[in-house]
Amino acid sequence: MSFAVTVHTLWLRELTRFRRSKSRLIGSMAMPAIFLIFLGSGFGSFFRYRSNVSYMEFIGPGIVSMSLLFSSMFGGLNVLWDKQFGFLKEILVAPVSRIAIMAGIAMGHVTTSMGKGLIFLAALYAGHLIRLDATGLVVTLIFMFLISASFVSLGIALASVMDDPHGFPLVMNFLIMPVFFLSGALYPLEGLPGWLKMLTYINPLTYGVDGIRFAVGGPSHFSPVSDFLILMVFWIGATLAGAFMFRRMSA
Amino acid sequence: MGSEGEFSIGSGQGRRAVSAIISIKGLGKDFGNLKALHDIDLEIEKGELFGLLGPNGAGKTTLISILGTMLPASRGAASVCGHDVGSKEDAVRRSIGIVFQEPTLDDELTGEENLDFHGRLYGMNASMRGSRIEEVLDLVDLEDRRRDLVKTYSGGMRRRLEIARGLMHRPQVLFLDEPTLGLDPQTRRKIWNYIRGLKDSYGMTIILTTHYMDEAEQLCSRIAIIDRGEIVAEDTPDGLKSRLGGDVVVLGAATEVPQAFLQALRELPAVSNVESQDGRVVLAVTSGESLVPRAFETAHRFGVSIAEVSVRKPNLEDVFIRLTGREIRNETAGGIKDRFRIYRGWERKR
Repeated sequence: MSFAVTVHTLWLRELTRFRRSKSRLIGSMAMPAIFLIFLGSGFGSFFRYRSNVSYMEFIGPGIVSMSLLFSSMFGGLNVLWDKQFGFLKEILVAPVSRIAIMAGIAMGHVTTSMGKGLIFLAALYAGHLIRLDATGLVVTLIFMFLISASFVSLGIALASVMDDPHGFPLVMNFLIMPVFFLSGALYPLEGLPGWLKMLTYINPLTYGVDGIRFAVGGPSHFSPVSDFLILMVFWIGATLAGAFMFRRMSA
Repeated sequence: MGSEGEFSIGSGQGRRAVSAIISIKGLGKDFGNLKALHDIDLEIEKGELFGLLGPNGAGKTTLISILGTMLPASRGAASVCGHDVGSKEDAVRRSIGIVFQEPTLDDELTGEENLDFHGRLYGMNASMRGSRIEEVLDLVDLEDRRRDLVKTYSGGMRRRLEIARGLMHRPQVLFLDEPTLGLDPQTRRKIWNYIRGLKDSYGMTIILTTHYMDEAEQLCSRIAIIDRGEIVAEDTPDGLKSRLGGDVVVLGAATEVPQAFLQALRELPAVSNVESQDGRVVLAVTSGESLVPRAFETAHRFGVSIAEVSVRKPNLEDVFIRLTGREIRNETAGGIKDRFRIYRGWERKR
């Protein structure tokens, strides 16, 4: 009972903060939008994938994944700001379980990240860049959840071991950007050179992008079941890592 | 010196054990090679407004952190409200409130939302949260700003909100870590009034740390002076001051103060201690009036010219200097303590 109350409390806080930060919302949605529109239009003129898909249609699921990846990772890393501004002390000294705290923070950022992801999904749908039926939507939501929850947990794990937000650019350049570029969000996985193929295959986001691509009727590379299972394993691993690191952390 | 007996460490008395709400035995904490706390013994009674007085870095916050279950002790044991801080963390956490030295508010939430968040975490239902929020906001005079984001608050208002939040779940023991650090004099006085109000209206046990002598003197019913991780004395403010006995005479020298002069002063009858800093010589004496003429004679003999003299009753600052051999407010200046150590007539026991 008190576990649920704690999760709800932390979740509520994230949502309240989110509602107030319009500029942050716009800021975090700008980059995926720029990728979609500028990159999509730019390459679109000569990209023809399996002849019937335009480049914009191809990268649509990749942009949804990108939005999820970025906002989820930075959501998890937000714990570092709480550490910096002292609020984490207030949370950690309360008579509640740390796992519940971590779950609440994670759920809060999953909610807001998925909200942003859904805005992109709706835009893609409105622009006829994806096809979506009820089943497709449910499958998409499952994949979106797995991507978001995994990377929020990873962000929390990182924030638990980092001392201050100075490490953000490091995470951005050495983790988030490579994970994004090596996920097949921007190019098809067919015919990649061996080394690149290997990197994309060990990247969990690859399976998230592929799963969403399947769900919205795009050209997927793996079977949706293997996408789901691999992502599931990653999600469990990331959650355990996040919970473990967060529990060990001192304010 | 002849007064060592009076300055025995205030531990091992055991006389307060009966109604102790906080009990600390042989507590120690190491950070690597640094001994932040060693061998702390302390009993705090229910309803006390207890002060931990000491310079920055003395170990006050470390002690509070251990009592608040945020830091494990290296040695010894402590209990709060009968719960061991090392093993019954949640029970301890439920019975205490902590107002940290550094800000711990979410400044993107309103004052009210910060309180509501706290109430939820402590398992309070909506109606109880509502009434407690009214109550604590009223106590710290923040009703009119309740719906403003905390980032628009001044330093004093934030402090008040933190205190209010610490009271939300009506803890049996409230820890205030340097509650007036960095605040202006008016705001400090206001915070003092709130703290006194808490004790009067709730009968709560309050433990506050401070490095301000006046704060400890104004607020606390009992004080432990803590220095370099040890409790060097523990008593009521009056009790501590009476340990110095008699008066404090301060001589303001217009010329250089030679060592030999200080030594000669020490040898005068009825002088229990002599400290010197920046041309000021502070003497702890039995009777100020009878010492002054003799001090002047001695000064004359050593060619020291005295520009001013004052005789007063001892304050906590004097007690602190006497106990530790240095002034609390100079702790941050660095190096000064080493200069003082040579003047120390009294070596602390370990």
